[in-house]
Amino acid sequence: MTSVTVTVNGASKTHQVEPRLLLVHYLRETLSLTGTHVGCDTGQCGACTVLLDGAAVKSCSLFAVQADGRSVTTIEGLAKDGKMHAMQDAFWQEHGLQCGFCTPGMILSACEILERNPRASEAEIRTGLEGNLCRCTGYHNIVKAVQAAAQKAR
Amino acid sequence: MAETQKIFGASIKRKEDPRFLTGRGNFTDDVKLPGTTYAVFVRSPHAHARIRSIDSSAAKALKGVLAVFTGKDLADAKVGSLPCGWLLPGIKVPPHLPLAADKARYMGDAVAVVIAESPYIAKDAAELVDVDYQVLQAIADTEKSLLPAAAQVHDQAPGNVCFNWSIGDKAKTEAAFKSAAKVVKQRIVNQRLIPNAMEPRASLASANPATGDVTLWVTSQNPHVHRLLIGAFVLGIGEHKLRVISPDVGGGFGSKIFVYPEECVVTFASRKLSRPVKWTAERRESFMADAHGRDHVSDAEIAFDENGKIVGLRVKTIANLGAYLSTFAPLIPSYLYGTMLSGVYDIPSIYCEVTGVFTNTAPVDAYRGAGRPEAAFLVERMVDLGARALDTDPVELRRKNFIPKEKFPYQTAVAFVYDSGDHHGALEKALEIADYRKLREEQAQARKNGRYLGIGVATYVEVCGPAPSQAAGSLGAQAGLYESANVRVHPTGAVTVFTGSHSHGQGHETTFAQVAAQELGIPIENIEVVHGDTAQIPFGMGTYGSRSAPVGATAVYLSLQKIKEKARKIAAHLLEANENDVVFEDGKLSVKGSPDRFKTFGDVALMAYLAHNLPKGLEPGLEFNTFFDPPNFTFPFGTHIAVVEVERDTGQIKLERYVAVDDVGNVINPMIVDGMVHGGIVQGVSQALWEAAVYDENGQLVTGSMMNYTIPRADDVISFETARTVTPTPVNPLGVKGAGETGTIASTAAIANAVMDALAPLGVKHIDMPLTPGRIWDAIKGR
Repeated sequence: MTSVTVTVNGASKTHQVEPRLLLVHYLRETLSLTGTHVGCDTGQCGACTVLLDGAAVKSCSLFAVQADGRSVTTIEGLAKDGKMHAMQDAFWQEHGLQCGFCTPGMILSACEILERNPRASEAEIRTGLEGNLCRCTGYHNIVKAVQAAAQKAR
Repeated sequence: MAETQKIFGASIKRKEDPRFLTGRGNFTDDVKLPGTTYAVFVRSPHAHARIRSIDSSAAKALKGVLAVFTGKDLADAKVGSLPCGWLLPGIKVPPHLPLAADKARYMGDAVAVVIAESPYIAKDAAELVDVDYQVLQAIADTEKSLLPAAAQVHDQAPGNVCFNWSIGDKAKTEAAFKSAAKVVKQRIVNQRLIPNAMEPRASLASANPATGDVTLWVTSQNPHVHRLLIGAFVLGIGEHKLRVISPDVGGGFGSKIFVYPEECVVTFASRKLSRPVKWTAERRESFMADAHGRDHVSDAEIAFDENGKIVGLRVKTIANLGAYLSTFAPLIPSYLYGTMLSGVYDIPSIYCEVTGVFTNTAPVDAYRGAGRPEAAFLVERMVDLGARALDTDPVELRRKNFIPKEKFPYQTAVAFVYDSGDHHGALEKALEIADYRKLREEQAQARKNGRYLGIGVATYVEVCGPAPSQAAGSLGAQAGLYESANVRVHPTGAVTVFTGSHSHGQGHETTFAQVAAQELGIPIENIEVVHGDTAQIPFGMGTYGSRSAPVGATAVYLSLQKIKEKARKIAAHLLEANENDVVFEDGKLSVKGSPDRFKTFGDVALMAYLAHNLPKGLEPGLEFNTFFDPPNFTFPFGTHIAVVEVERDTGQIKLERYVAVDDVGNVINPMIVDGMVHGGIVQGVSQALWEAAVYDENGQLVTGSMMNYTIPRADDVISFETARTVTPTPVNPLGVKGAGETGTIASTAAIANAVMDALAPLGVKHIDMPLTPGRIWDAIKGR
């Protein structure tokens, strides 16, 4: 067992973990943060996307120990004071979700896209979301949601 | 009144969304119970192999392992075969044990299960289970399965034939072909697909040794069906002792209708061990062991008279059912396929023969559209090929052959009676949005410049809302296909709707609440919709075949009528008025002509429960249940138009535009319907261009991961132009038809027609899907 200390959604957490424990399982099982989903366990679908020091990463492809000393934001940490983040609200307003399974990862990736480029075009948004699969929406309303969030931030 | 009048038909934001947006959804794998153990399945790496022996001693010796069960253990415990819910005449139904005992029959067939204290230990232990296989010759190919030399999948099904089924008038069709002016023939392959809902299947069983009760959380589109089939057929547990909960489910597309081995095994194991047992599929297991879709090989012929009128359609299809019969497998390539071969056309004679075959591949069952996309693709390709052969515009040929509006209800040559339709209306609207004439001009110009622009039109009809139970029973269904809804008005006037439908993305918590808010005139916030729990909901057949709105929401509507009738009685009594003079509007029950003499819905609800002053003989309470069994299916229809450009030098296809005009009858929530259309379009486009499940000649699944099975990403597709025509169905009081599958049914043909249209100057008539650059290139080169 190895000790890890990770700042998760602003709070410092320390646990003894198996070295092979995946970050996503640390979040879901050890911390009970089940908003981060496992869709493929091979880094393809993006359902497990979290922000690691602000960068969107696939938490199924990292060990918990790799997050030691770093900061993780999960979907549970996005709303502030009971108020949804602008991206969450945009997904709601634009119907950017159906079954809701890809949604947490999709939202965190979308946040990172606009963080890097607040004026991202439709094509740039689509390319930016390339690591996140959705089987319900056909992406149409997801793209609209990201555009709406970008518009609102201006 | 103005406010509530708008609720039915308004794009209300979804009530269920906040929990998903904030990471508080409750999917099966999110459910945590103290003392949970974890199951990992040992799966056959071979497509066909005799199981000589299984040595699980090393696995059992690993610290943290609680048990290893094999097929023999289950057989010894008298665990039954997974049942098949739709039986055709003469069908062969070989046993399908939850864990294979004698032979593994497809790559991924489960042969043993390990239960351990953690999923990591269970996985380690599964590696230690030593299975001695005698590898046998396998058959994966749909057509070759019928060759005399093909490996035999089941002794009970000689020649790998599961069933032979036919529909239509053979003699009449032959006569039509004899006298036809033009006959066009084409071999059409509808390739196998793997559904890939984003949430992998999962199940968690918790047996209570004190009471003998078991609760099963499972990713199911129809928890009552799961309860019935697992309880009655596989494990011998009475419904009163088995509770099935299907919490938030991350997409299904058909693949979560069926009863699978895994949920039976975890339930068995939990009862054995008196501990909760959880299994969550890895994606590679979804690829190997979720039910696949489609997989038809057809020979089709269409006959025209000298005026371009279709006089006959003849189809011979081999449908690959995989290694075992999945829950509804026989239904899909028969009554959901052959019956739809008339499409939107007035075709006097049709004959279709289907041979269902077993192969050493994953079982095949319903996948979004389920039989109807296969039919629509075949018909729409044949009409386009006919237009090419007759040298006429494909739109013109369609117009000439549509079922005219005045012929509805229309009896097809293949059993169904279409309730309503206005195919010209949808076509003309789509042509107008796309500006078809201008597109043809642009195409002509592009061709002069050496560019290959293609315009594809698909005009479709589908069948939704299965089904009248009596009809289903006469066709082989082993269940009724009604839906139930219980509406409970609480003493304060708040309302809970319990529905047997199940939402796994469709938004019933919003749309069903819209129906209730509209009828009762109360705020939508005062209504909760409960689904997915056999302990709370009286009964239910679940969600598939776009049946939730036409069957499930109608059941809600009918219960609401009973509520309103009783509320009117109570109000009339309280207001000392005649019941017939009580008007129920905007949440108020008032006396006709005296709007200030009223009781609110809340007043009436409270009195129903106080029961201090009720009409003589009226029971207290305000709650009603309805089982709605529809008199007919519904038949949504529409026109989709795709514009593509094919790059001649690379075979690359670029989507330029996509226009969808659908007629799903009345619409409860346009935003939600549009969303389902978008998603459906992409799944259909994806079949046309990218997706294919490929097995090699040894039955090895070559496309077993998201690396080599193409699921479209955001940058593969474009935004869509959607519109509607509205032809309400007469078969239910809401006039709604179902909207979950239209996109998938229309778009595959629209795209294929567009690509063939683009390649027309090069003499290319038909290419089998997926239309990958390699296949385009080969076709251009005449290979």
